Amino acid sequence: MSGRDAVISRIRRSLGVAEDEATRRLTVARRLETAPVAPQPAQAQSSPAERFDLFREKAEAVSATVTRVASPGEVPTEIADYLRGQNLAPRIRRGADPRLGAMPWKSVPTLEVWAGPSDGNDPVGLSHALGAAAETGTLFVTSGADNPTTLNFLPETHIVVVAAEDIEASYEATWQRLRTTHGKGTMPRTVNLISGPSRSGDIEQTILLGAHGPKRLHIIVVG
Amino acid sequence: MDITSPSFKENATRAIGDKSLQKALGNVERGFIYKRAKAVAAVPAFETLRDAARDIKNHTLAHLDLYLEAYADKVAATGGHVHFAETAADARDIVLDICRRVEAKTVTKGKSMITEEIALNDHLEKNGITTVETDLGEYIIQLRGEHPSHIIAPAVHLNKEQIEADFRRVHDKLPPERNLDEPVALLGEARAVLRERFLAADVGITGANFLVAETGTSIIVTNEGNGDLTQILPRVHIVVASIEKVVPTLEDASAILRVLARSATGQEMSVYTTLSTGAKRSGDPDGPDEYHVVLLDNGRSAMLGTPFEDMLRCIRCGACMNHCPVYQVVGGHAYGWVYPGPMGSVLTPTLIGVDKAGHLPNASTFCGRCESVCPMRIPLPKMMRHWRENAFARHLTPPSERSGLGVWKFLARRPALYALATGIAVRAMALLKPKGGRFRTLPFASGWTRHRDLPAPEGRTFQAMWKDRKAGK
Ligand code: SF4
Repeated sequence: MSGRDAVISRIRRSLGVAEDEATRRLTVARRLETAPVAPQPAQAQSSPAERFDLFREKAEAVSATVTRVASPGEVPTEIADYLRGQNLAPRIRRGADPRLGAMPWKSVPTLEVWAGPSDGNDPVGLSHALGAAAETGTLFVTSGADNPTTLNFLPETHIVVVAAEDIEASYEATWQRLRTTHGKGTMPRTVNLISGPSRSGDIEQTILLGAHGPKRLHIIVVG
Repeated sequence: MDITSPSFKENATRAIGDKSLQKALGNVERGFIYKRAKAVAAVPAFETLRDAARDIKNHTLAHLDLYLEAYADKVAATGGHVHFAETAADARDIVLDICRRVEAKTVTKGKSMITEEIALNDHLEKNGITTVETDLGEYIIQLRGEHPSHIIAPAVHLNKEQIEADFRRVHDKLPPERNLDEPVALLGEARAVLRERFLAADVGITGANFLVAETGTSIIVTNEGNGDLTQILPRVHIVVASIEKVVPTLEDASAILRVLARSATGQEMSVYTTLSTGAKRSGDPDGPDEYHVVLLDNGRSAMLGTPFEDMLRCIRCGACMNHCPVYQVVGGHAYGWVYPGPMGSVLTPTLIGVDKAGHLPNASTFCGRCESVCPMRIPLPKMMRHWRENAFARHLTPPSERSGLGVWKFLARRPALYALATGIAVRAMALLKPKGGRFRTLPFASGWTRHRDLPAPEGRTFQAMWKDRKAGK
């Protein structure tokens, strides 16, 4: 008997159920298909008008910084300004995401821009998020040919661009967005839900920013 | 790891006299209790969210066979490999086989209590594979040759001076005159040392907080980002998770996430919640080439259909130990095995046997705080009370049945004997009950009652209460 059969049949014995109980199978199939939403707290039900403000409040509460620009064309200048303000060298690494690729990088000649995954030697990584959930200021960043996951974790500074219209009220609404882009039940290799820069409380329960991941998280909301 | 649960009394007595441990444990209140209270107060619907989380797990456990099958099929469909492990030994061998096949020399590890449960590091090290714990707390205790004293804050029993001494001892290539006075300097040093290890590892091993049947996804929840570096940099990612981690859908995982971080650290959401599905896709610039999930049973399937089934709802948030007056004075190591605090007192006897862990359920004042903060509404005091009765009843049980759930099952099949065994013991204690309802000395727990009064049990048994509950009373 395989490990799988042994474990599954022991579970059935303990539960006192048989393999072929049609009602149980139907219940499970239906739940997987419909993915019902459990009761949500009020902060997961913001209206579109409230959403950006709530997202910003929650992201700032977990030590991220947030700015908003009117169009993608303003992103390179915003990044250059941010890096100058933080006293960081104007050098970034980004994924091949076409939304990032279409930005006017040449308009800021002092900014050095590299594309591709990080080998750990990049001070600043730039990603484009699939969306965000306002309820806790959480970014949803998906892996793929255009978005190397290493950019989210190896650089000391992580900058993430997200379109204002992609900020949803809740986690569940963002999963719906993912189902629309990728298909129901289909996932990219990695989805990173990111709420603030990395931190640790392991030494005497004192919270310190910048554990193994980025020390700074800067979010640029477009639109 | 060596099991010292049978010496709980001696362990506890020693812990209470350990000044540096007592100082470190003082951080629990500031670090956890206050922050949780604040986070919970900020969500008026928190009680509703707890109900929702409990209901999701109850539904899943009632259909666990089917959700596990759906999950395993989905992982296979996305190019991952699922391995079912009936026992800890099976799980260790499966992981070792994978490491050997890919000729792994170094393995990095994200924080995982399940790999503590199966003593994976020892097994890999014995077979010539270096294991590197990468969570800061886990890294510190690995340097000290210790085990976690808390399920989410493994080094909570240490003060920064002790950590500094360990870093100076182990990182001996670094300049001895460097300043490590502040926690931030210690963190910076660990970050730099571990960066090298991340980039050099052949295999990354993580646990899982959730397994999603809908998508074949494993989810880890961390704050440091170490779990992510563990799983995206090496060629092979192995997830070791127990069978009760499965939930039906992304929506269900989301609902439980809303109570997890708030209960654990008082955060609204942990910094990183990472969903992994299969190996890297063609065209992906980074990620592992192989993705394996080892699904561990190790006695859990036998808990279904018993009064201990509720324990399988546990999401390992640690709130019960943070709020436990016993844990607060003895710390985690006194419990003598992997899982400390109230959740450990209930779980440990089912996993390693009541013979070895029979003392643990005595490590309770039955104050009920654990149950009142448990986000999954697990009736911990009731279950501890049951184990305690069980300890009285044990001498009636034949040796073959005298381990883990065997005792309960043996007696459950003989209700009259059970009622007699436990009823006599409980009523005897109730009769002996001193004024004020607290014992000052008890023959079986003198190490404990020397420092704390033990409340006398109410005059009813767990089984009687369980029956009432089943009848909906
Ligand atoms: S028993 Fe409850 S409070 Fe304790 S760790 Fe598990 S879920 Fe958290």
